[in-house]
Amino acid sequence: MLAFVLRRIALTVPTLFALSFLTFVAIRLVPGDPIEVRRGERGISPERLEFFRHELGLDQPVWKQFLDYIWGLMHGDFGVSIISQDSVLREFLTLFPATLELSLFAMLFAVVFGVPFGVLAAVKRGSVFDHGLMGVALFGYSMPVFWWGLLLVLFFSVTLDLTPVSGRIDLLYYFEPVTGFMTVDSLLSGQEGAFSSALSHLVLPAIVLGTIPLAAIARMTRSSMLEVLEEDYVRTARAKGLSPFRVIGLHALRNALIPVVTTIGLQGGTMLAGAVLTETIFAWPGVGKWLIESIFRRDYPALQGGVLLISTLLVLVNMTVDILNAVINPRIRHGR
Amino acid sequence: MPLLEIENLSVDFETRAGGLFRAVDRVSLKVEPREIVSVVGESGSGKSVAMLAVMGLLPKTARVTADRLAFEGENLLGLTPAARRKLVGKDIAMIFQEPMSSLNPCFTVGFQIGEALATHLGMGRAARRARAIELLEQVGIPSPESRLSAFPHQLSGGMSQRVMIAMAIACSPKLLIADEPSTALDVTIQAQILDLLVRLRDEKDMALVLITHDMGVVAETAERVVVQYAGRQVEEATTVDLFRDPHHPYTAALLAALPERATEKRLPAIPGVVPGQWDRLEGCMFAPRCDFATPLCSTTRPSRAAPELGYALCHTPLVAGRPTERTARREELPA
Repeated sequence: MLAFVLRRIALTVPTLFALSFLTFVAIRLVPGDPIEVRRGERGISPERLEFFRHELGLDQPVWKQFLDYIWGLMHGDFGVSIISQDSVLREFLTLFPATLELSLFAMLFAVVFGVPFGVLAAVKRGSVFDHGLMGVALFGYSMPVFWWGLLLVLFFSVTLDLTPVSGRIDLLYYFEPVTGFMTVDSLLSGQEGAFSSALSHLVLPAIVLGTIPLAAIARMTRSSMLEVLEEDYVRTARAKGLSPFRVIGLHALRNALIPVVTTIGLQGGTMLAGAVLTETIFAWPGVGKWLIESIFRRDYPALQGGVLLISTLLVLVNMTVDILNAVINPRIRHGR
Repeated sequence: MPLLEIENLSVDFETRAGGLFRAVDRVSLKVEPREIVSVVGESGSGKSVAMLAVMGLLPKTARVTADRLAFEGENLLGLTPAARRKLVGKDIAMIFQEPMSSLNPCFTVGFQIGEALATHLGMGRAARRARAIELLEQVGIPSPESRLSAFPHQLSGGMSQRVMIAMAIACSPKLLIADEPSTALDVTIQAQILDLLVRLRDEKDMALVLITHDMGVVAETAERVVVQYAGRQVEEATTVDLFRDPHHPYTAALLAALPERATEKRLPAIPGVVPGQWDRLEGCMFAPRCDFATPLCSTTRPSRAAPELGYALCHTPLVAGRPTERTARREELPA
């Protein structure tokens, strides 16, 4: 098992290197550089321009810049953001808990509803419930995130006035971040109403971000379950006189979950990187929003570092999925 | 009182086209306690389906009807699903053709054996473990204690079938239905598994229904035989009588196809295949493949012959390999 994990980690190095290279080159291919973007329409003197270029190292050949960047990475230095003049790693770590918290709640929502819905649809295959659910799932999967988010805001926040429109917590509350998770920190602060405020801010973004994974998980669970229900061992379980709940919920589901866990992992990875739209709609101070802003400001170090950190996380999530699969499925565990 | 009574059991499947397909057609069977009965027939003869109907394991698209389907005098069709589950897996158990895929790959052998014990006998953890070891010993698995934590993929086919048998006999059932238990296994292992089943019948006082397509298996194990063809029961006799003087042409043809009985260089075979869903016949289902078929056979459904003729479902049951005239039946027909 340990050798398996170590080998997987070693295999990620070339992937991450290639990714760093691509990000590095791509952002430099985009017209305009950090100085030009900051200069605005008023313009600055050519001397000042040269000075800034030199200061940021942009007057060096690109290959030299790249080598410097990699050299820095190898020493754990992700660079300094041009805009905030703060360490990229520190900035990322400050924002990341918000994204992670949102993703976790979104995934919780997707799994808690997706798996049981998928199982029910499979068990009641061909019924109105099955067709209805799969239709809705397809709808949810195809829905543009920004539109779906705005619809929910319009209905729940504006019309019904049930949830806040944006942000992570009411401005009434203030406390120093401990874990960076607003739900946890609000509890730790002991301020009355803080937790429910944090939670109510989370509901809509989590639903919006979780809708596509929910649909994907429900459909995957259904098809996987349909396949497993035909298996001989399900018949064996029924021949033992076990209750339908046990036959389906234990014997069938355990086997059906193997591809579902993979789906959950992949969707989870995409969520971390792709919360951009959701974070923008709900003014959620997370990594996605920060990355988008970095692109607009041509903040090279922030973008390069941010993308690299996110992809490292994605790789780690995928690895966790593999390990989880090994835990569920003894055949993988024993290397067969 | 017979252990299992089946009278005129029929199973119909709803087809996609909206019609009904009759997989089992008025099959009757009585199994006495401690008896070994074999149900014989080739693929598609409905032998498995009939037994799955007894177990209540058919899919929802199946319609089961019977004049009587009783276990120890209790009507199985009248039971609620929950009441039936109390019988199934406890008093009636079943093992299947493909042992490798019949065990759940995600759970250990010990867990899967223990499940029946917990469900039906309410045994605690330690008691289940002790009983599981005892069961694995009984089915001839070496070092049973270490096998408890094994997963199915770590077992061979023969071992898997032994585990299946251990699971099936866990609650000391009165009836064990074995659906082609040795078909998927090596020849040497086949004999071991059959020996094991017969030995367990002797030790445990249980009856055994052995579904097979192999007349050799029948000869070695069964006391009584039911021959099925295309969902219908064509003959029923004691094993000795059946092998000595088969009365239905199909039985005779099956026996003639046994390598041990072959007299010519080339092994005799039955031409053609079992009629499927779309080519069901008006008269005798076996008529197109039968050496003794008359024009009457393909138009009129035969009735059952007398018990001494093996209840053969035939217009002209064989006696000593020659068709007899059942004049009484013929006279009933319009000229």
